[in-house]
Amino acid sequence: MKKILTVALTLMLVFLTACSMESPFVNNDSADDGNIKIGLSISTLNNPFFVSLRDAIVEDAEAKGYEIIVVNAQDDAATEISGIEDLIQQGVDILLVNPTDSAAVSSAVQSANNAEIPVLTIDRSADKGEVETLITSDNVSGGEMAANFIVEKVGEGAKVVEIEGIAGASATRERGEGFHNIADEQLEIVASQPADFDRTKGLTVMENTLQGNGDIQAVFAHNDEMALGAMEAIKAVGKDIMVIGFDGVEDAIASVEAGELTATIAQQPDLMGQEAVSAVEKVLNGEGVEELIKVPLELKK
Amino acid sequence: MKTSKLTTIWSKLVPLLALFGLIVVVTILNPSFIDPANIMNLLRQISINGLIAFGMTFVILTGGIDLSVGSILALTSALSAGMMVAGVDPILAIVIGTLLGAVFGALNGVLIAKGKMAPFIVTLATMTIYRGLTLVYTGGKPITGLGDSYAFQLFGKGYFLGIPVPAVTMILAFIVLAFMLHKMAFGRKTYALGGNEKAALVSGIKVDRVKIMIYSISGMMAGLAGMILTSRLNSAQPTAGQAYEMDAIAAVVIGGTSLAGGKGRIAGTFIGVLIIGILNNAMNLLGISSFYQQVVKGVVILIAVLLDRKRS
Repeated sequence: MKKILTVALTLMLVFLTACSMESPFVNNDSADDGNIKIGLSISTLNNPFFVSLRDAIVEDAEAKGYEIIVVNAQDDAATEISGIEDLIQQGVDILLVNPTDSAAVSSAVQSANNAEIPVLTIDRSADKGEVETLITSDNVSGGEMAANFIVEKVGEGAKVVEIEGIAGASATRERGEGFHNIADEQLEIVASQPADFDRTKGLTVMENTLQGNGDIQAVFAHNDEMALGAMEAIKAVGKDIMVIGFDGVEDAIASVEAGELTATIAQQPDLMGQEAVSAVEKVLNGEGVEELIKVPLELKK
Repeated sequence: MKTSKLTTIWSKLVPLLALFGLIVVVTILNPSFIDPANIMNLLRQISINGLIAFGMTFVILTGGIDLSVGSILALTSALSAGMMVAGVDPILAIVIGTLLGAVFGALNGVLIAKGKMAPFIVTLATMTIYRGLTLVYTGGKPITGLGDSYAFQLFGKGYFLGIPVPAVTMILAFIVLAFMLHKMAFGRKTYALGGNEKAALVSGIKVDRVKIMIYSISGMMAGLAGMILTSRLNSAQPTAGQAYEMDAIAAVVIGGTSLAGGKGRIAGTFIGVLIIGILNNAMNLLGISSFYQQVVKGVVILIAVLLDRKRS
């Protein structure tokens, strides 16, 4: 009995000492070849906004003589982590991460921290791990901007519909918060429905809402895709309702110029990209950066 | 007789040769690929698809399909994360989560065997149902705040003797499942069912029971993969696991298992998982755009199926 206990205890001890949270293999590939390598992990390239953001960052980084490698998370948190690990493996000097989700990206940020690679996040933050800065649009003030614009155009007490993004996403929460800050007091919100940032769903939600409410005067959608979908639904019934989108993607701006979409709260991916690369420059030079870099929005009408 | 033997050897060798060819090419293009740190990195990355694909091998060997694995992964991940937030011991939550995966899989099996419905239709329906339940349970938001339990962190992010724990889990699951498939009566029944279901029934195999078992295994592997993902992401994501069934099916097919059932080996699936994992990892290392990655993956699947056609 005593023997068995000893053996069991020894085995357990061996098992426990065999476990660890750190890899015994250290990436020895980061030997300096003179070039500064930036790793960029982008959440998706199926959305024109992020394509513009990537293009801006790549262009700006290359103009400043940095080498840049891009990995695409395809909106999947596990793919994102794998991609960031691959970047660390390649020995990048600094990481720019555009997370798919703040909680899920944490372990990848921690891996980078362990490898002593500085991390900067864009558009969404990371819950855990050390991050130099977050570069993001001021979504709350963008929502307020939209509500104020409706008040200005249609007047107080106008009947509005809010088409929301993916439930729980930070952009949905912040844009909604800003919109409600103004609209709860000065407008009458007749419906708030999610359409998951998707154009087709925006169309369906608007069709259904039009069935139920006859006298809608304005629509605010949390992104342009949904706004463009909603606009199609409104065109189909031949009504004159103002529609405001968010993001300022090419399609939306063209639509505003053609007099169809009333306005869009444009994010500025180019400016965001420039801010990101200049923050990278500062971090590499050992200068301090602010914890939060807010990129202004612009009302395009 | 002689030629048929040659072709069987050939059929076993093709995926293996493809794997070695791929490793050689990638290593020449970027030597950091065979860095031990990257090999460990790669093993951890493939473990989730590996587990799901091993379960899927059993299903496809019977001529069936399981489209619900990605949704089962998300649902078990959400439920176990919910338990951890509520204060359940993380190890217990992992065990319950894995078993719940088996239960969801068994439900697929019962509907297919007793309801006499096509596996494609049943699992297409349960894929939507389990995904919907995940969204209902999570309210569409990620579940976070799972605590800092060492054992739980170890499960997805830790190392055992320098090997990532998820990879160890995958290899253990492989050994157990390979034993079941090739050394136990259950394995022979699986092949018999895929070869000719009526003959299997006539020869006294309890076809329904075997089917339910097989879909339970598939669900259980998805559940186990879900537990690893929960630890890796330190949260449960309502949208986790979307399209994971596709990567698993691709790995099984690349590994030489016939979608018609009856023919194939789980070792082939392991090779298929490695090929897909290396493609993803290498294209990141080589800095190839993700758009091409999807094209290349599709082309590899087509080549695998074409080779399979030529053989049979």
